[in-house]
Amino acid sequence: MDAATLLIQVLNGLQYGLLLFLIASGLTLIFGIMGVINLAHGSFYMIGAYLAFWLTGALGNFWVALPAGIALAVVLGIALEWLLIRHLYQRDHLYQVLLTYGLILVFEELRSLLFGDDVHGVTVPDPLNFSIRLTDTLSYPVYRLAMSAICLALAAGMYLLIARTRLGMMIRAGSVNRDMVQALGINIGLLYRLVFALGVALAAFAGMLAAPASSVFPGMGNQVLIISFVVIVIGGLGSIKGALVAALLIGLADVFGQVLLPQISGMTVYLVMAAVLVWRPRGLFGSA
Amino acid sequence: MADVALRTEGLSRFFGGLAAVSDVSLACATGAVHAVIGPNGAGKSTLINMLSGDLAPSGGRIELFGEDVTGLRPEQVSQRGVGRSYQKTNVFLGFSAFENCRLAAQSRLPTSMRFFRRVERYEEVNRAAERALEAAGLGARGAVVAAALSHGEQRQLEVAMTLATRPKVLLLDEPLAGMGAEESARMVALIRALRERHAILLVEHDMDAVFAVADVLTVMVNGNVLASGAPAQIRANPEVQQAYLGEEAQHE
Amino acid sequence: MDRSRLLPVLLAATLLALLLFPLVGEKFYLQYATKIMIMAIFAMSLDLLVGYTGLVSLGHALFYGLAGYALVLMGERGEVSLWWTLPASMAVAALAALAVGALVLRTSGVYFIMVTLAFAQMTYFFVRDSAYFGGSDGKYLNAKPTLSLLGWQPVDLENTLHRYYLTLVLTVAVYLLLRRVLGSPFGRVLVGIRDNEPRMRSLGFATFRYKLAAFVLAGALAGLAGYLTAVQDGIMNPEQLGWNRSGEALVMVILGGMGTLAGPALGAGALMVLELLFSIWTKYWQLLLGAFVIAVVLFLPRGLGSLFARRRAARDGHG
Repeated sequence: MDAATLLIQVLNGLQYGLLLFLIASGLTLIFGIMGVINLAHGSFYMIGAYLAFWLTGALGNFWVALPAGIALAVVLGIALEWLLIRHLYQRDHLYQVLLTYGLILVFEELRSLLFGDDVHGVTVPDPLNFSIRLTDTLSYPVYRLAMSAICLALAAGMYLLIARTRLGMMIRAGSVNRDMVQALGINIGLLYRLVFALGVALAAFAGMLAAPASSVFPGMGNQVLIISFVVIVIGGLGSIKGALVAALLIGLADVFGQVLLPQISGMTVYLVMAAVLVWRPRGLFGSA
Repeated sequence: MADVALRTEGLSRFFGGLAAVSDVSLACATGAVHAVIGPNGAGKSTLINMLSGDLAPSGGRIELFGEDVTGLRPEQVSQRGVGRSYQKTNVFLGFSAFENCRLAAQSRLPTSMRFFRRVERYEEVNRAAERALEAAGLGARGAVVAAALSHGEQRQLEVAMTLATRPKVLLLDEPLAGMGAEESARMVALIRALRERHAILLVEHDMDAVFAVADVLTVMVNGNVLASGAPAQIRANPEVQQAYLGEEAQHE
Repeated sequence: MDRSRLLPVLLAATLLALLLFPLVGEKFYLQYATKIMIMAIFAMSLDLLVGYTGLVSLGHALFYGLAGYALVLMGERGEVSLWWTLPASMAVAALAALAVGALVLRTSGVYFIMVTLAFAQMTYFFVRDSAYFGGSDGKYLNAKPTLSLLGWQPVDLENTLHRYYLTLVLTVAVYLLLRRVLGSPFGRVLVGIRDNEPRMRSLGFATFRYKLAAFVLAGALAGLAGYLTAVQDGIMNPEQLGWNRSGEALVMVILGGMGTLAGPALGAGALMVLELLFSIWTKYWQLLLGAFVIAVVLFLPRGLGSLFARRRAARDGHG
């Protein structure tokens, strides 16, 4: 493999990994803070992609559609938490699995009802609709670079939020000791609502961002869901740092796996997970 | 002096930079009660957890009847004759008292990989369970669901389950926790009765009970052994009085 | 009326109804009923894990699917006999469960759930992308296995009615077997592990091997269900290995009432009847199904069984 091709694969791997991080960070936050396994997380990614498709068509401009979509996603997250999720907090993980599984079925059919089962596309928005020349024959789409940059910016933003703000402090405290946080007078119900909405928004935003690059189709949520779980298992449940490291690892492993070992490309990711778990059963940064 | 059943040498446990237990050496002999006392945070729970295999030591050695058992898993420690009761009641709340003991007694079968004979038909297991219940004073309460037992009775069940595994060494973690005067007296009598054929390590806060039943006392403070010896000696020890017994006296 | 006596009565009535059903049922409904019974076996095997050992597996369909594929592959070159293909398929499932379990049971809680999920998906991808297994379209079963006794063919698996009764017999057999196992020392250990695994270890039980044994037994029985599915449908496809199938089974277990054995079997029936009704009603039946699942979790956490049987607190009811 020559240098340019290698560079392209690395860029692809990083971009995929960063996108995965966006999704996985929401998932790990929801689990780490609220103790809820959210199987519907992939559906939120799908909802984001379909929102991008719908809103770009309705509003005419992708960049206008983005904030509109995020706002809708936040509203959805708040509504879901208030209606359904908050009944799951003290309960066995099994019930969380089942309820969110039911949500998947509902969202899938709603999607089918509202948008049909065809594959849709979102055109890459101006001004990013061009590619950078790497060699005579190879070029790389600038939109993908922009995606990575945006994801990185969001990762930095999340770090600042968690490490430097009061809200972040409450989030960190809440993940360690729920009762204590409540005893300190912090409205844990509101905190959970915000965290869940944040998680939904992150996944939806990832879907919106990915829509121009990878098309909008049924079942896209399912694919992403399992991989996100693999990411947070490898990274350690509840650890954002772990999610970042694991997401990048998986992104690169998946891309290079497809190129170097195409026969087992679907399985590369799981083999990595198995290897990590044998070494560290609680994930790379998971609490023992 | 009877044989030493359980011995530790320089046992330590660190959590990051914190030394929860540091260089603890003690010995328990069959026919005697060795009580470990000390203020909260002294490392008593960590010590017992290491002895039962629930926690791996960072350093030091644990010997059971001369055999090195340091770092063994809880099920291995149990099979070698150590029984442990818990500070927070740890019984199977959905089962009856008898079923709790029967499950405990079942652990002494060569294996529980028996799929076809009904568990009620294992006579020896049933009898062992009955004996354990009797010994702990719960003979009449076998059919009661554990969740419906009084707190004191649940503590008794804790001990009964431990006895059902036919241990030679008993690790009792605050068996009197939360008990009233009458229940405490019963538990103390039980411990006295068990002393003859077991080596008992007792962690307790109830000083009256400790002095009523202990043959050897070890005082722990901040993870270290402050003093160790006969009860009268310990009582008279000025350091101990200052660090621990004095506080207890003030609280009474 | 004493509610705890209602369950055996209900079971007996169901058995009687199943025995007599072919007298009134058309072919389609006979086939559907056979499918229900197969799912009942699958659900009961999952209940062994979820309801009795406390292991929530999202990858149980893996063993179900592998056994089905095993039959299809064994029957590739011609007619085969049930006498050896059935145990062989179950053995494949059991071995897979042994291998997966040895790895997966090192984790617990949430990790366990997700790792079982990941294994199911991994195998799904493997089977879907491999020509040997027929790829994403699946693979047809060449001919139904034969069941002959000394030259005489008492049961012809091409015959819907024969398949129905064979499945019924096997379903009852699985139920009785599991009842027996659950009353044994092994069964008691499982329930102890579910309620308080650390305590079991401190009592001297090497819990890992018991969990693994339960995992293998459950896997083998799931394999039986998978084998019967291959016989019934005549085709296996990769979706039957995936987590959606496992998720469905989990719904059945919860719906019927986990940790009751009969509950999940009835839950399978309830869910599949519901699916049939919903799909007759609307193209978007999964929407209704999803809403139904959500409603069950919120309002009927002990499952439909809680409407009937009094919880036997001193035994194996889930506390």
